[in-house]
Amino acid sequence: MTTTADAPVRGGAAPSGTPAARRTARGRRLAVLLVLLLLVVAAGLASIAVGTRSIGLGDVWRGLLDSDLTTEESVIVRQLRVPRTVLGLMVGAALGVAGALMQGHTRNPLGDPGLLGVTAGASLAVVVAIWAFGITSPGGYVWFAFAGALAGTVLVYAVGSAGRGGPTPVTLALAGAALSALLYALVRAILVSDQQSLDAFRFWQVGALAGRDADVAWQVAPFVVLGLLLAVVNAPALNLLGLGEDVARGLGQRIWLARAVGLAAITLLCGAATAACGPIAFVGLVVPHVVRALTGPDHRWLIPGSALAGAVLLLTADVIGRVVARPGELQVGIVLALVGGPFFLALVRRRRSMAL
Amino acid sequence: MSAGPVGTAPVSAPALERPVTGPRGRTAVRVGPVSVVLRWRHLLVPLVALVVLVLVSAVSIGRGDYPIGIPDVLRTVVGLGDGPQEFIVLRLRAPRVVVGLLVGLALGVAGAVFQTFARNPLAAPDTLGITMGASVGAVAAIVLSGGTSAGALLGGLGIPLAALLGALVTGLLLFLLAWRAGVDGYRLVLVGIALWSMGAALVDWMLTNAEIYDAASAYVWITGSLNARTWDQAVPLAVALAVLLPLALATGRALSVMQFGDDTARGLGLRLAGAQAAVVLLAVGLTAAAVAAAGPITFVALVVPQIAVRLAGGSRPPLLASGLLGAVLVVTADLVTRTVLPTALPVGILTAVIGAPYLLWLLVRGRRQLT
Repeated sequence: MTTTADAPVRGGAAPSGTPAARRTARGRRLAVLLVLLLLVVAAGLASIAVGTRSIGLGDVWRGLLDSDLTTEESVIVRQLRVPRTVLGLMVGAALGVAGALMQGHTRNPLGDPGLLGVTAGASLAVVVAIWAFGITSPGGYVWFAFAGALAGTVLVYAVGSAGRGGPTPVTLALAGAALSALLYALVRAILVSDQQSLDAFRFWQVGALAGRDADVAWQVAPFVVLGLLLAVVNAPALNLLGLGEDVARGLGQRIWLARAVGLAAITLLCGAATAACGPIAFVGLVVPHVVRALTGPDHRWLIPGSALAGAVLLLTADVIGRVVARPGELQVGIVLALVGGPFFLALVRRRRSMAL
Repeated sequence: MSAGPVGTAPVSAPALERPVTGPRGRTAVRVGPVSVVLRWRHLLVPLVALVVLVLVSAVSIGRGDYPIGIPDVLRTVVGLGDGPQEFIVLRLRAPRVVVGLLVGLALGVAGAVFQTFARNPLAAPDTLGITMGASVGAVAAIVLSGGTSAGALLGGLGIPLAALLGALVTGLLLFLLAWRAGVDGYRLVLVGIALWSMGAALVDWMLTNAEIYDAASAYVWITGSLNARTWDQAVPLAVALAVLLPLALATGRALSVMQFGDDTARGLGLRLAGAQAAVVLLAVGLTAAAVAAAGPITFVALVVPQIAVRLAGGSRPPLLASGLLGAVLVVTADLVTRTVLPTALPVGILTAVIGAPYLLWLLVRGRRQLT
């Protein structure tokens, strides 16, 4: 398995498959992960320090260490910035990993994790929460969104696996696209006829970290952690599935189990992220492509890499959003696409893209 | 989706000297030096779709405060109607149906072209950012027209032109950014993802900053609507399609050769770079024309080709059948929203409500995997 996974890695000096080449590739990938880890730390510190009120790194440090300190800075750090940063870290990592899993399972570069009905289900649930129950705070949406995300995925999976061929990637993707369109039609039907709902929904739909307190972070944390664990477990099986289902079956892989674990992980991760922040498509779509170009297609490296890169990307975009529109801020979902989009375009044009 | 250069070869009937019945539903016909594989479902599906389209259009034109029977509608359309009916049919009701029909036709064909070209059932003007570009233009025209000078300029253009501009600019960007001595389907998809994300962010940003009244009317436009369409929209669309549609249908041959991969296509004598440019630009043009007339009616371009390939068989979405089924879907959705529903919802909502269950049903009873 290692040799097949290593074979497509570019830039290896020695012929792939030899022990020397494998060592080079592993060193390279470790270096990539290490750099990403450093970037996560840097982005996390920046996210705590930068905002409407800038706080020096010294104050950040004191605020983090000494929980009895009651200066204004330390209160801002502990009660506002740290929860927001932790949430950003979790959501970024969750979306990056969900994207990598989704693209691996569907073998489709357009495999947005929201495609499985997560985003559409969450959107419908949030619209219903606004329209029927009059809820308008981001914290109030969380459980609605999460329940909607779960229901959407279960529905897509049920329909996608009802055909005679079982849940193949193509039927799942198409079932997801069709059901998402159906659910969005309901969302739109409500929004077109009720202006008040649209007024609240448009701010959720953008995707933002602002206004989420520490409770939101704690509510979604268990699901993110569980999802990340399942993703790591799923990685070797995903490598085998990449060889084709027949080969994977011949090598002793239980296909349905691998698919079930992967889909459960995608649902938990993407559902939790969407519940906390609203739909953010960019991270899941783009991060795996960038990381794949650095680590190669081996999911045992791609998944941790996507987690780190997703966290870096989300935190950085959030910090930029706080700086560019002072004294207000630009929502993270908008910054991600507008700043990350051109960067991704440059990357796509410069490199020979690494096919799935 | 399987990017293997040699997929399922569509033609498996050997060139024999007399007509033979192929594996299933295929007949090889040879006349002199020319041999053709006839696939009956390939002919039957567009024909049936065409008949259904004529009937649904006639019903749609007939329904309203002053009901007109199907025979009368058909008589009036070919020029044999009497005065008042002619006014109602040709002046008031026909433009809306014609716009819906042409938009469905254009979006269906464009979707089929993109899906075949990128070898990806999820590739469509919707997912590649082209309709999102149109939304950026239109929403900017709606939301910003009061404010900045650039916005006033856009507002002065009018919403359809702003949408057309947005779609064309995005489509050209898609083409140019994906171009490197030819358009690779995979690179096209990646560029499309980036453009879609950026467009979606711009639209969201404008929607959150707009007055709620502007946001609401922008939201209706984004959904896609046929309300208040007249010949002013129908005629330019018809002219554009009269040029683009035959050219797009003529790329079918090149598309089926491209399916085998770049090397094989070159080996078979296709001028690859030119053909790729033609295919992508034609599909962009079709999308832009459609979106300018009726907004980004969701779902048609993405899913109708998948319905068409499941009905007609074959290894790729058939262009003509996709277009006709797209037209049937849009006209039917418009008919339902005008007659069955208590409030007239934008047609873009109904296309998904009608089309999605049908695709799901086809998926559930489907036997083989198609890409």
